[in-house]
Amino acid sequence: MNWASWNDFFAMGGYALYVWGSYGVTLGLMITEIVLLILRKRSILEHLGRIRGSTRGTR
Amino acid sequence: MTGHNWTRASVNWFKYSSPQTFFPLAAKLVPWFGAAAALLCVAGLYIGFFVAPTDAQQGEAYRIIFIHVPAAWMSMFIYVVMAFWAGAGLVFNTRLSGMMASALAPSGALMTFIALWTGALWGKPTWGTWWVWDARLTSELILLFLYFGFMALQAAIDNPRRADKAGAVLALTGVVNIPIIYFSVQWWNTLHQGASVSLKSAPSMAATMFAGMIVMALGFWMYSIAAALLRVRCIILEREHRSDWVAQHMGTLK
Repeated sequence: MNWASWNDFFAMGGYALYVWGSYGVTLGLMITEIVLLILRKRSILEHLGRIRGSTRGTR
Repeated sequence: MTGHNWTRASVNWFKYSSPQTFFPLAAKLVPWFGAAAALLCVAGLYIGFFVAPTDAQQGEAYRIIFIHVPAAWMSMFIYVVMAFWAGAGLVFNTRLSGMMASALAPSGALMTFIALWTGALWGKPTWGTWWVWDARLTSELILLFLYFGFMALQAAIDNPRRADKAGAVLALTGVVNIPIIYFSVQWWNTLHQGASVSLKSAPSMAATMFAGMIVMALGFWMYSIAAALLRVRCIILEREHRSDWVAQHMGTLK
């Protein structure tokens, strides 16, 4: 085991800014990418539903 | 799940080359690749933080490599796959090929950005600088601009088929940058260190460090596939929304 305690773990031997700055931004970007893709598809389907509703009457 | 009764046919892999049949298939694949990505990344992070020892020279700062190297590998690999689909679209004139290329570009750009970002955060404590105009770093930055250029070019052309063709020419031309990135540390005297892993020799690092890197790379690979599949589904809907199959199955599309 590399770490004596959780504080030790979060301190990353004095490199906390660099290590957590790397991991935090990476995780944040990946989650953002997936959320944006889910929202994008939802908005496409809503848009298509509206087009359909307006051109062919009620569904 | 998605209604896919219209795909019922004898087993014929070529049928998946049409957007209509690939759309429900992609939906079925996403959860598997997503779950694989999550499991591999959790395992990789466990190895990277709790099993792999502290580096004798770099201390704990080296632990950035568990995302830096996988992201850098994926940034190059996704580009090659993107160029492959773009080229296939040029040669065979298949609709889905161009959609695949377009779906891969933002994920490739994301991986390139992560490689550059984590590289800067590793460089500061290790080299004493966030950035140098070294051959490896510069060629990786050019890769980011190639992805941006591909996306901007496609966005600037209204006709999707013409956008695919123009993008393909750019993507295929840019492939020349990939070997430049990969071999830059051998061809030039760079500040960036040489490859830690090569096909010819044993890795120049502890086995547990190597294992953590490989597991994370597999996780990033699975993540990229899941993200690209999600995006290609959006692109298929956007481009094919006037076609009968989308209209007929609106109710069952998810």
